[in-house]
Amino acid sequence: MNAPPKAIAGVSTFVDDRIGAGNFLKRNLRKVFPDHWSFLLGEIALYSFIILLLTGTFLTFWFKPSMGEVVYTGNYAPLYGVKMSEAYASALHISFDVRGGLLMRQIHHWAALLFVGGMTVHMLRIFFTGAYRKPRELNWIIGILLLSLALLEGLTGYSLPDDLLSGAGLRITQGVAQSIPIVGTYVSFFLFGGEYPGHDVISRFYSIHILLIPGILLALVSAHMILMWVQKHTQMPGKNRTDKNVVGAPFYPAFMIKSGAFFLFTFGVIALLGTFAQINPIWLFGPYTPADISAGSQPDWYMGFLEGALRLMPSWEINFLGHTVTLSVLIPALVPLGLVMTGLALYPFLEQWVTGDRREHHVADRPRNNPHRTSIGIAGMTFYGILWLLGANDEISANFHLDLYTTTWFGRIAIFVGPAIAYWITYRVCIGLQRKDAEVLSHGVESGVIKRLPNGQYIEVHTPAAEDIAEHIRGKKEIPVLESAEDGEGIPPKGARSPLGRLRAKMSQAYGTDHVPLTDGHHEEGHEEEHAGVGAGDRKELH
Amino acid sequence: MTEHNEYPESGRVRERVLGTPPADAPIIDTDPIRAPEGVPGVIPQDPVKARKAERLVSLLFLVTFLAGAGFIASYVMFQVGTIGKTATSNYALGGTLALALLALAAGLTVWVRQVMPKYNLVQERHEMRSDDGTREYVKETFLQGADESGFVKHRLLRRTLLLAAAPLGLAPLVLLKDLGPLPGTSLRHTVWGEPTKNGKPRRLVVEGTGQPIRAADFNSPGGILSVVPEGYEEDLNALAKATLILLKFRPEEIKSGTNKNWTHDGIVAYSKICTHVGCPAALYEQTTHHILCPCHQSTFDAADGARVVFGPAARPLPQLPIGIDEEGYLVAKSDFKVPVGPSFWERGDAEAEARENAS
Repeated sequence: MNAPPKAIAGVSTFVDDRIGAGNFLKRNLRKVFPDHWSFLLGEIALYSFIILLLTGTFLTFWFKPSMGEVVYTGNYAPLYGVKMSEAYASALHISFDVRGGLLMRQIHHWAALLFVGGMTVHMLRIFFTGAYRKPRELNWIIGILLLSLALLEGLTGYSLPDDLLSGAGLRITQGVAQSIPIVGTYVSFFLFGGEYPGHDVISRFYSIHILLIPGILLALVSAHMILMWVQKHTQMPGKNRTDKNVVGAPFYPAFMIKSGAFFLFTFGVIALLGTFAQINPIWLFGPYTPADISAGSQPDWYMGFLEGALRLMPSWEINFLGHTVTLSVLIPALVPLGLVMTGLALYPFLEQWVTGDRREHHVADRPRNNPHRTSIGIAGMTFYGILWLLGANDEISANFHLDLYTTTWFGRIAIFVGPAIAYWITYRVCIGLQRKDAEVLSHGVESGVIKRLPNGQYIEVHTPAAEDIAEHIRGKKEIPVLESAEDGEGIPPKGARSPLGRLRAKMSQAYGTDHVPLTDGHHEEGHEEEHAGVGAGDRKELH
Repeated sequence: MTEHNEYPESGRVRERVLGTPPADAPIIDTDPIRAPEGVPGVIPQDPVKARKAERLVSLLFLVTFLAGAGFIASYVMFQVGTIGKTATSNYALGGTLALALLALAAGLTVWVRQVMPKYNLVQERHEMRSDDGTREYVKETFLQGADESGFVKHRLLRRTLLLAAAPLGLAPLVLLKDLGPLPGTSLRHTVWGEPTKNGKPRRLVVEGTGQPIRAADFNSPGGILSVVPEGYEEDLNALAKATLILLKFRPEEIKSGTNKNWTHDGIVAYSKICTHVGCPAALYEQTTHHILCPCHQSTFDAADGARVVFGPAARPLPQLPIGIDEEGYLVAKSDFKVPVGPSFWERGDAEAEARENAS
């Protein structure tokens, strides 16, 4: 093509004449985006968000956020003539009287699950590859905010249909709010417009769910994208990839078409789920009443860890001077969430404090190459995972024929022991994987060719690793360690004299010490092709 | 966008417009990313394979077209209403939508991977921070502006501005006050304590049917009955605090935790609202007399004053004093002596107070 078609050229000229968009496009049309499968995880969340906005808007056309009582006269026969809130009746109306309504409702719900899921795995990817490091700390914090808001968004949306199941979630939310010391009763009365359940909470949650939080989410998502764009995406280690460049495919045309395709894949898969995997069949639950509940009530997956925390907690309550502090509600409602979110938000800064590393990083770490970080991450995941699993302990107990209380006790112990074990195992696995890497570099890879030597010994011929693999491995970076060695007169450096300073130096030493330095295989050029197989001494030194 | 492309077909030699880069030089001088054919980093596809891929892509796009048309047709053809019809409509709409989206996605992916060139472009990164000169300039400008504005020099101006902002900042908070009434002591009472219209004690009625319960007829060995206050059968606010579970024991089964004065002929009434976070404690195990809350598995011993035997709840389910009226129906003798439901800051040790008042 020699010239852009008139339609495009005309519009472009019109726009450029007025806002000078050419300069922006000149810089950005061929912006390079690095490629790795794990970079797609965040896109799942982004596209789920778009799907949520689309389907959510559709649902608002029919949904009536009112707790006013009506008698159901719609098409769903089993509930005909039953008194219920207008919210529940309109949710039934969407499901049974609006063509595509049920589909949109189910897509909306599945997209919500995938939204939080996508964010979570994306966040884990960022954590384990150290992609939160300078200069990306701000975007990391925006991400944590997004995740927290998404939980709140899910909670408010889940409550809207006003069915028996969502009401149970709302009741628990109210019980937790009420337990907050000093202000709890007031918080609850202001939120619900008086006593629980009142007549206001659905309409209040509605405006929070469709306006307030989505507005903030949209703003933060935009900021997240802009920062990513400005700072350029991180890349995985590999040939010619450094902290000073970015290697990959151009935005126009390859990356934008690929992203479009991935949006459609995400939408397609969610549409499949919304079609064939029934979710939240509210018509089976019946209208909400605070007097009833169905056994085996389960929240959406992202609330599971809070539910599990509530279930594990022993019955602690303090009474003093006529006041009550309900630790059995407060601790599980606030501590795990607080630990996880605060820990995540602070981690980039704690790591900087420990390593003293103030450099910019644009090449992602392989998780094995920072074993302590990876172990901390896995320990955190174990902590979360145990709580999450125990949020369904009644289902586990029923399906696996275990004693209910035994599962609770298992959880109470595992929540402390599990993360420690996970930390240790992960650390060993990381070191093991590093050794494997070192071996690949220094000895090459097994070629599958067995050779018999004149003296009768069998050896397997090793060949050097393929270049891309070798370069990927060589991308390992040293983790800086704080200077803490005493000088000639036995005086430690300034920062390491206080108790905190000593601790910091010790942690830095542990965090940064490389136990498996890579030795590049070149020093044994002559031997490189052949190494003795099983039982040979030079393999042993690696273990 | 650049103007040297304006008359490409006239055959004239393109003239360079002042201020634009020459046609044969890279557009961007800092980032060497312009990569025409044959330049490293852009590896074209084999034309034969690309043509083959084109056929596949077109096929997938055709599938999208057909599925999209099918979606619209399904909307027109399949009505909703009954469960069966809704299910059919849902499968037809969702199936065609998913197929259309997935086929389009697959088509685009094949297009990118097998028709477009493979890319391995390299772009430079620059440190995020601005250079020292810029920083210095910004600092100077900031100081100059602050000086010019007089904000620093004119103390009165500065202080009154801060003063002026304070009430405006508080206003939105104040506005929220009418979100709800103040709690007062409302959490300490339930409708069981409120006088009835005819001045007689309030009857216990069965949840759902509204039938009053004749003590002589009530026999629930092995079961619990969900009970609500007469006159408030559909008042959710009342039910959220006043719903009961009713059980009948043989006299020898009742242990000391249960107040026998508040029972009638072995019939005991406890609040159904769990003292943990307020779910209805709806499950009952006959052999152990355990009441179980399905939300977080707080377990209460119904024979022993509903004391907690397991789980996160910290207090027993409050017991309601019950008796019978002249017709033999179960009635509440008074309100609960302690607040029902989840704990709250102002609650205090209401059980201890109640014991003191009783003795």
